[in-house]
Amino acid sequence: MSATILNWSITIAQIMLGMAMLCTIFRLAGGPRAQDRVLGLDTLYVNAMLLLLTFGMRSGSTLYFEAALVISLLGFVATVALAKFLMRGEVIE
Amino acid sequence: MTDDTLLISMVVLPFVGAIIAAFLPTMARNAESWLAGTVALAALGCAFLAYPAIAAGGALRAEIPWLASFGLTLAFRMDGFAWLFAMLVSGIGFLVVLYARYYMSPEDPVPRFFSFFLAFMGSMLGIVLSGNLIQLVIFWEMTSIFSFLLIGYWYHNASAREGARISLTVTATGGMALLGGVLLLGHIVGSYDLDEVLSSGNLIRNHPLYLPALILILLGAFTKSAQFPFHFWLPNAMAAPTPVSAYLHSATLVKAGVFLMARLWPVMAGTPEWFWLVGVAGLSSLLIAAYFAIFQQDLKGLLAYSTISHLGLITTLLSLSSPLGAVAAIFHMVNHATFKASLFMAAGIIDHETGTRDMRRLSGLFRFMPITATLAMVASAAMAGVPLLNGFLSKEMFFAEAIETHVPSILDTVTPYVAVIASLFSVTYSVRFIQAVFFGPPPVDLPRTPHEPPFWMRLPVSLLVLSCLVVGAIPGRTIEPFLRLGVTSVLGEATPEFSLAVWHGLNVPLVMSVIALVGGALLSFALKRYLATSRDGPPFFRRVKGQRIFDRLMALVANDGPRFLERYLSTRRLQPQLRLLVAAAILAAFLPLWRQGPGLGGLTFPPVFDPIFTLVWVVGTVCAVIAAYQAKFHRLAALALLGGAGLSVCISFVWLSAPDLALTQLLVEIVTTVLILLGLRWLPKRVEGAMPVPLSLTTRLQRLRDLILAVLAGLGMMLLSYAVMMRPAGQTIGAYFLERAYTEGGGTNVVNVILVDFRGFDTLGEITVLAIVALTVFALLRRFRPAPDSIPPPMQQQIQRKFDVAAPDRDDGATLTDYLYVASVIMQWLFPIVIVLALYLFLRGHDLPGGGFAAGIAMTSAFIMQYMAVGTRWLEDRLRVLPLVWMGFGLLLATATGLGSWLFGYPFLTSHSRYLEIPLIGEVPAATALLFDLGVFSLVLGATVLMLIAIAHQSIRRIGPARAANEAEET
Repeated sequence: MSATILNWSITIAQIMLGMAMLCTIFRLAGGPRAQDRVLGLDTLYVNAMLLLLTFGMRSGSTLYFEAALVISLLGFVATVALAKFLMRGEVIE
Repeated sequence: MTDDTLLISMVVLPFVGAIIAAFLPTMARNAESWLAGTVALAALGCAFLAYPAIAAGGALRAEIPWLASFGLTLAFRMDGFAWLFAMLVSGIGFLVVLYARYYMSPEDPVPRFFSFFLAFMGSMLGIVLSGNLIQLVIFWEMTSIFSFLLIGYWYHNASAREGARISLTVTATGGMALLGGVLLLGHIVGSYDLDEVLSSGNLIRNHPLYLPALILILLGAFTKSAQFPFHFWLPNAMAAPTPVSAYLHSATLVKAGVFLMARLWPVMAGTPEWFWLVGVAGLSSLLIAAYFAIFQQDLKGLLAYSTISHLGLITTLLSLSSPLGAVAAIFHMVNHATFKASLFMAAGIIDHETGTRDMRRLSGLFRFMPITATLAMVASAAMAGVPLLNGFLSKEMFFAEAIETHVPSILDTVTPYVAVIASLFSVTYSVRFIQAVFFGPPPVDLPRTPHEPPFWMRLPVSLLVLSCLVVGAIPGRTIEPFLRLGVTSVLGEATPEFSLAVWHGLNVPLVMSVIALVGGALLSFALKRYLATSRDGPPFFRRVKGQRIFDRLMALVANDGPRFLERYLSTRRLQPQLRLLVAAAILAAFLPLWRQGPGLGGLTFPPVFDPIFTLVWVVGTVCAVIAAYQAKFHRLAALALLGGAGLSVCISFVWLSAPDLALTQLLVEIVTTVLILLGLRWLPKRVEGAMPVPLSLTTRLQRLRDLILAVLAGLGMMLLSYAVMMRPAGQTIGAYFLERAYTEGGGTNVVNVILVDFRGFDTLGEITVLAIVALTVFALLRRFRPAPDSIPPPMQQQIQRKFDVAAPDRDDGATLTDYLYVASVIMQWLFPIVIVLALYLFLRGHDLPGGGFAAGIAMTSAFIMQYMAVGTRWLEDRLRVLPLVWMGFGLLLATATGLGSWLFGYPFLTSHSRYLEIPLIGEVPAATALLFDLGVFSLVLGATVLMLIAIAHQSIRRIGPARAANEAEET
């Protein structure tokens, strides 16, 4: 019983995360400002991390959590770099 | 000492000496001379020790197997002929070292000289003692390279550079032809072994490939021995220090060509092709160079042309295909080496003590240096072929051969006449050499006051001249046994009966000699007036210079030709080049598909349809397509979109059960984004209004064509990958690795085990390439000159700075200190945490996803964060970032781990794995592969940080003149 509930909730979560990723595309591709795109990319990273976690739960393996860990720990580096570039025109000064 | 060690040490010793010589202090003239002299004497001693064995008959052989399965062994072989040459090379080498000790001035950096000299001697001994043709060519090329370095020793001198360049170009081109010839020869015989080649003469001469092989080998020999029409490099090489000339142009470099011809004489000579090719080159060199030598004003120039002429004589003798001719040729090689070396040394002494080599300025030196003058006179008498000296003997043999009829033809008929005329010329220039330098009135306004040289500088000349005298007077007791030994080893059973006697009775050769001697003397007196003041070079031919033709040719090959090709076959514009490239790739992929049938096996979709995976792919595809669309004008947007596409690729890796790849790809993705952002700062800005609006029809058509091309290429790639992936897996190597990873590599992460163990050697190569790339990027960026419009700080910074300066309560640069404050604090705190992550990835790599590469990239991103958080200056004041050291450490560690397995008697890079029991922690896997992986980690970290930092440093570089001017203009 609990397995079924978990199974279904994971499926639903995955579908919703997938839809969320689709939504970020609108900001990422459409803009209109560069800041919107950067935020879109950041959201995409967060969604991807969650998707990987659900995938790990479904497969019952912890192997995929490292990828999620890397996104959560280092995914924001790209965002910061983009933000800094927008603000200062240079990533490292 | 066994024969093996004897032979090998003869070749190896000079090279060892060269390495030691290179590291001695610059001023150590005496130490260098002792070293070089000892090495030369040791080689001479080895030759002496080998004499009994060789005299007893047969050749010494030593082999070191290298790639035995390809028939490649290092083979050294010494027979009588090689022995004769080895004696000359090492003996004259020793004398030249002694001479050079006194010739080189204290200001010259002698380590370089003696190092090159010894290496050259080693290469020459290598040629002489090679028992394998390929090996011979390698040593041959080495002599070209070292002679280049020796001739260009005084590289501050333009003529030395020029001479070195020309000699390298000519001799190395010849060397390449020789390689081709030797390969053909090896193909004909089926072996590169000298013994086997020498025993299959009939096979070679009757083979259809004989002529091409002959031409190529002769090209090599003629260029090396400066035979007409390749002779022009030798006079140019006279810019070398005189000891170098004395060595290269008497006993060694130029003798290599005739040595090879004599070596292959038994198997290649005897055909009309050989007679014509070798004969024409030899006779024309003999005559033309002798004529040119008369009209030289430079002492060394005269000797250079006379060298060409004497080599022509040897070549002519070899061309006759008669055994007696070969005997005379070998004899003359020895004689020429002795008298020419002494003459060069004498010329060097004159130059050294008077400061000039111009014969128009020199005069009457006999009264200042009587001993040197006497020695030089004897040596040039030997060169002229005066009786009782060694030159006379071989010349008599030459005359005797010249009047014989070998191959009835016009060339054979003219040979005796040419021989007499050339010999007459050689008497003329020999007389001129002596008469102009040592006799006549005392010289006026010489750069230095002439006097006798030090005893030790004169000693080598004296010894050589003494040997000329002794050999010339009592040849039967001195040189004959050795010569007979050398000749027998070349000719074998065809060795003719010959006797070396001074007096053969009144015969035709003697008459020819007398004509040459008398005529030459008369001619020199007739020309004395003219030559005292004439310009350099022979009349009428002054303007025809081989060198000028050579320069034209070089300009054509290196400059005009490529320009022409570029203009008509290529373009400098990037777009057409790319278009051609892509079109060619499409065509190349399409052709086999069209000829063999596509073989796609019907387009079927995989049976299982995963909606989430599809969604991820939709996201990725949309990102990629829009990124391509935006790439031209909105670089930042394209970059963000690329991040999205990359992310969906990483998720796909996870979905398809490749957590390793996903992990690594993610890390690479993040670092790449930062790298491109760093680069974006320096890209030129968009030029507004460069295109007219609306676009013209041609532009539209061009874009349509490019679009079609791009779509075609993309579709093709898609089809190809589809076809590959839908194929049944078949027997792949993957199964093998999966099976053995744990049992043999001791790790359960198969990818990592493959990288550090099974394919460790590949990985070593890859990280080496990575290191090279990083260093290249670093080197290129040091000379980076940004476009003028990206030199000033970016627009944002200018605006913020203006605001800071204008606001009364803010300092200059205040924006930077406050900027992204929270984020930067977090990033600083994250530093140790990311290090832990990297460590974690690294340690578990052997069994679970991770490994040195992923850990290295994770560590790099830790550094990037710090740089972004606090800026370059602040960080580098507090943290020692030494990417170069890390790279070096990584490469050394990886190599050392590989070498370590040698200590235990295993092949390179064998890994050992076991479990270690550590208290509290328990069993820990420990493999030597972990050390190797540490090397990979360190190198990846170093290389990535080096490249990123190199770009980041661009913005804090010292303001160059261009940038300063730009800023001055703004204010």
